[in-house]
Amino acid sequence: MPDSALLTLDSVSVLMVWTAIAVYALAFIAYAIDLARRSALAVDAQDAKGRERELVVAGARSQAAGGGADAAPGASAMDILRAEERVADAALNASPARRSRHIWARIGTSLTVLGFLFHVGADVTRGIAAGRVPWSNMYEFALTGTMLIIAVYLIVLLRYDLRFLGTFITGLVVVLLGGVMLGGLYVEIVPLMDPLKSVWLVIHVFVASLATALFAIAFGLSVVQLMQGRREHKVAAAAASDSVVSTPVKTGPGFLRTLPSSEALESLAYRFAILGFIFWTFTLIAGSIWANDAWGRYWGFDTKEVWTFVIWVLYAGYIHARATRGWRGSRSAWLSIIGFTAVLFNFTIVNMFFKGLHAYSGLS
Amino acid sequence: MSRSRSDGDPLRPADHADAVADAGEITQPALGFVGWLRWGWRQLTSMRTALVLLLLLAIAAVPGSLVPQRGADPNGVTQYFIDNPDLAPILDGFSMFDVYASPWFSAIYLLLFISLIGCVIPRTKHHYKALRARPPRTPARLSRLDAHRATSVEITGETDAATAASGAVELAAFQLRKAGYRVERYDTGAALSVSAERGYLRETGNLVFHAALVGVLLAVGLGGGFTYTGQTVIIEGRTFVNTLLDYTSFNPGRFVDEEALEPYSLTLDEFSVTYQPVGEQGAGQAGDFVAHLTTQHAGEAPGAGEVRVNHPLEMAGDRIYLMGNGYAPTMTIRDADGDVVFSESVPFLPQDTNMTSLGVVKVPDGLAEQLGLVGFFYPTQVPLQSGAFTSAYPALVNPVLSLNVFSGDLGINDGVPRSVYTLDTADMTRLTGGETDVPSIELAPGETADLPDGLGTITFENDAPEGAEGYEGSVKRYVSLSIHRDAAATWVLVFALLAFAGLLAGLFVPRRRLWVKVRPEGQSLHIEYAGLARGEDPTLDAAVAQLAQRHGDALGAPSTRA
Ligand code: HEM
Repeated sequence: MPDSALLTLDSVSVLMVWTAIAVYALAFIAYAIDLARRSALAVDAQDAKGRERELVVAGARSQAAGGGADAAPGASAMDILRAEERVADAALNASPARRSRHIWARIGTSLTVLGFLFHVGADVTRGIAAGRVPWSNMYEFALTGTMLIIAVYLIVLLRYDLRFLGTFITGLVVVLLGGVMLGGLYVEIVPLMDPLKSVWLVIHVFVASLATALFAIAFGLSVVQLMQGRREHKVAAAAASDSVVSTPVKTGPGFLRTLPSSEALESLAYRFAILGFIFWTFTLIAGSIWANDAWGRYWGFDTKEVWTFVIWVLYAGYIHARATRGWRGSRSAWLSIIGFTAVLFNFTIVNMFFKGLHAYSGLS
Repeated sequence: MSRSRSDGDPLRPADHADAVADAGEITQPALGFVGWLRWGWRQLTSMRTALVLLLLLAIAAVPGSLVPQRGADPNGVTQYFIDNPDLAPILDGFSMFDVYASPWFSAIYLLLFISLIGCVIPRTKHHYKALRARPPRTPARLSRLDAHRATSVEITGETDAATAASGAVELAAFQLRKAGYRVERYDTGAALSVSAERGYLRETGNLVFHAALVGVLLAVGLGGGFTYTGQTVIIEGRTFVNTLLDYTSFNPGRFVDEEALEPYSLTLDEFSVTYQPVGEQGAGQAGDFVAHLTTQHAGEAPGAGEVRVNHPLEMAGDRIYLMGNGYAPTMTIRDADGDVVFSESVPFLPQDTNMTSLGVVKVPDGLAEQLGLVGFFYPTQVPLQSGAFTSAYPALVNPVLSLNVFSGDLGINDGVPRSVYTLDTADMTRLTGGETDVPSIELAPGETADLPDGLGTITFENDAPEGAEGYEGSVKRYVSLSIHRDAAATWVLVFALLAFAGLLAGLFVPRRRLWVKVRPEGQSLHIEYAGLARGEDPTLDAAVAQLAQRHGDALGAPSTRA
C-alpha cells in the first residue's frame, strides 16, 4: 500500500513540473512582449526627442551663423544617451513600489511567481515521496537547480529591477526543465546509493546549485552589458562622425535604451559573479571533504572535479580581468559568459557523457 | 587625486585597473642585463600575466577530463590504448594520460604561483606599512570625489564660529571612530577636517587568500611524500595485520618508512549489506554496507570498529575505507585417497550488480598434476535463454558454484607474479566444459562432486551458522579495504579554509575613505562630507549619505544641499 501512495505523490510532483514549465513558458512570452514594447516606446521617445533636438540644433545653427561660432556637433546625441542612462540606472535601483509600470513585465513576473509555486510544490512533493532531499540524481538536480535560479531571480527583483532579464531566466528554465522531461532524464524514485548518504549531499549540492543560479544572473547581465556596450559605442561613433543631426543610425534592439548603462550592468554582473564565486569555492572545499570520506582522497582529478576546478579558475580569471587594465568591460564580460557556459556544460554534457566517479545521474 | 597612489593605498601591479598609468611603461629606456631581469620580473608579476596564466590553467585542465588519466582511471588508459592503437602513443607523447603531472601543466601552475608570490610579497610589505600609517591628508576639493554631500548649519546660541566648527569636527571624528574608522585630524587655516579610513581588512583578506593558495599547493606537494595508500582483502573470520606483507598493493610516498607502519590488526567479524527487495523500485540495489571489525592495536585490548561508505574508520592515524565486497566460497579438494589437498575460502570478483562473480582456484601441490579451476559463483542462479547462467539477485537465494577444471602447469613456479584472479591456461589441458564433452562442475553449498579423470573430489562447503534459514550465510563474504595515511590533508583543509575566509574579507569588506570638512562662514558652518572607494564599493554613496545624516542629526542640522 505505501508503495502506490508514494507513486501517486511522485506523479503529482511530475504533474506540477509540467504545470510549472507551461506557466514559465507563458511568463517568457509576457517578458518577450515587454521587451518588444519597450523597443516601441523607446522609438516613440526617440522621435519626440529627435524633433525637439532638431529645433534646438536649428536654433543653435542660426545662432552660430550669427555669432560665427561652431555648434558642438553631435553633442546632443550623447546628451540623450547620458540622460537615458541616468533614468535607466535610477530605475534599476528603484524599489518595487516605485518601478515603472511595464504592464507586460508585471504579468511576466506574476506568472513567474505562479510557476515558481508549482515548481516548489513539485520539488517538495518529490522530496517527500523520496524521503530525502530532492537533489540526488540528475533529474532532481535539474528540478532543484532551476527552482533556485527562479528563487534567486525573484529575490533579486526585490532589490533591483532586473525584469529585463525575465526572458532569459524563464527561457533558460523552460529549456533546462523541458529538456530534462522530454529528454527522458526523468527517473523514478530509488533508494540512495551509499556514497550519497551524507550530510554533504545536502550541503555541497545545494550550494553548488545556488552558485549556478548566481552565475546565471551574472551571465544574463554580462550578455546585456555586451549588447549595451556595442550600442553605446555606435551612438558615440555616430555622434562623433555626424556633423549635423541626420538619419538615426541603427544601434541594436530598441529596448536597450530603457536598460542601464553597460557600466552599471557590468558592476552588477560582477557582484553576482563574486557571490557565485564564493559559493563555488565553498562547493569545491565541501566536495573535497566529502570525497575524502567517500573515496579516500580529497582530490583526484575525477572528471567532475576537473570541471569544478576549471569553472573556479575561469571565474577567478574573470575577477582578475575586472581588475586588469584593458580587460575591464567587454573582455571580462566574455569571461563571465564563458564561465557560465562551462557551468552548463558541466551540468549537462559532463553529467551525461563523461565517465567518472560522480556517476550519480541515475541514468544508465 | 582620486586614482593616484598614496601611502595608504594598497599596492597593486602596475597594470591594475586602478593604478595610474606609469610613464616608464611607454618610453622604454635602454636596458642592461639587470634592467631586463627587472623588466621580465615585472611582466611576470603583472595582472595581465596572472590573468593569462589563470586562463591557460583552465584550458590546460580540460584534456584530463576528455582522456582517461593514469592516476584516476588506469584501466581506462589501458582500454584507450587498445581502442586507439594509433592515437594513444601520440597522446602519450604529450603526457595526455598524466595531464596533471605533465611538464606543460606543471609549468603553467608553477609560473602562476611564482607570479603570485612575486605579487603578494611587495603588497604584504606595503600593507604592513599602511596598517601603521595615518589616514591621508584631506583633499583640497572634496566636491570632486565619487560621493559628496554639503550642508550649511546655522550656529545657534552664544558659541563663536571657531568653537562651533571644532565641536562639529570632533563630533564627526567621534562618530567615525565608533563606526570602526581610523581617524586623523587635518586642519588648514579656517577649514577643520577629519580624515577617516576603514577596510584594511579587505587587503588583509586578499593577501591571506593568495598566500593561503600557496599554502594549499605546498601542503599538497610536500604532503604527497608522507602519504601512503594500500589495499587489502579480508574474508570473514580472517585477520589483517598492518605490515607490508598483508597488503595486496601498496603505494608509499617518497618519505614513508614501509618497515615502520603502525602495528595494528583488523579482523572481519561480519560484512553486512541490505538489498532492495524484489518487486520494489531499484530491486537488488545494494546499500548500508558495513564491515564489522575487531580492531587491535599492538599491546592493547581489542576493540570493535565499523567501516561504512562515507564513514572511514580511524585507526592510529590511518583511515580505513570500504572499497568493495564480494563472496568468497569455501572449497575443499581431496585427492583420490580422500586426503585434503586444498581447503580455502577464495574471493570471487563481482562482475555485475547481481553479484555474478568470477573466481579462480589454484592447486599447485598434492595431486599428480597441478590443477586450476575457473568458474562463476551465482548467489541466485537463473538460466539465460542461451542456456548459460546468470545471477538474478545479489543475495543468497539459490547459490550455485559452477567450475571448469584444467590440469597441467599453473605457471607459478617461475617466480613471475601472477594475479590470483586469473588463470593462465596456455600450458594446461581443459578437463571439463567447452569441447570436452565432460560437463562443468555445478555445486550448491554443502554439495560434493567428483573431479574428472578420477582426480578426487571437490566440496563447496556450507559456511552457514547453526540454525540458519535457507542459504543465508552459507557463503562467506569478503571486503576490500583501502588504508590511507595522509598527514597533509589537515593542512590542506586549514589553508583552504583560510583562503575562504580571506576571500570573504577580500571581496566584501568595503575599503573606503571618508572626510568631513567644516568651514565657518559667518554665522553658519559649511560642512562637507565626501567618500572615496578603494576598489569595488557599491555602498559608498549610501555610506556618505548616512554619515551626513547621522552627523547632521547630532548637530541638529536643518538644510542640506547636495
Ligand atoms: C592561483 C592563482 C590565483 C588565483 C586563484 C587568484 C584568485 C583571486 C581572487 C579570487 C581574487 C579576488 C579575491 C580578493 O579580492 O580577495 C583575486 C584578487 C586579486 N589578485 Fe589574484 N589570484 C591568483 C593569482 C594572482 C597573481 C599571480 C596576482 C598578481 C599578479 C594576483 C593579483 C591579484 C590582485 C591585485 C587582486 C585584487 C583585485 C582587485 O583589486 O579587485 N593574483 N585573485
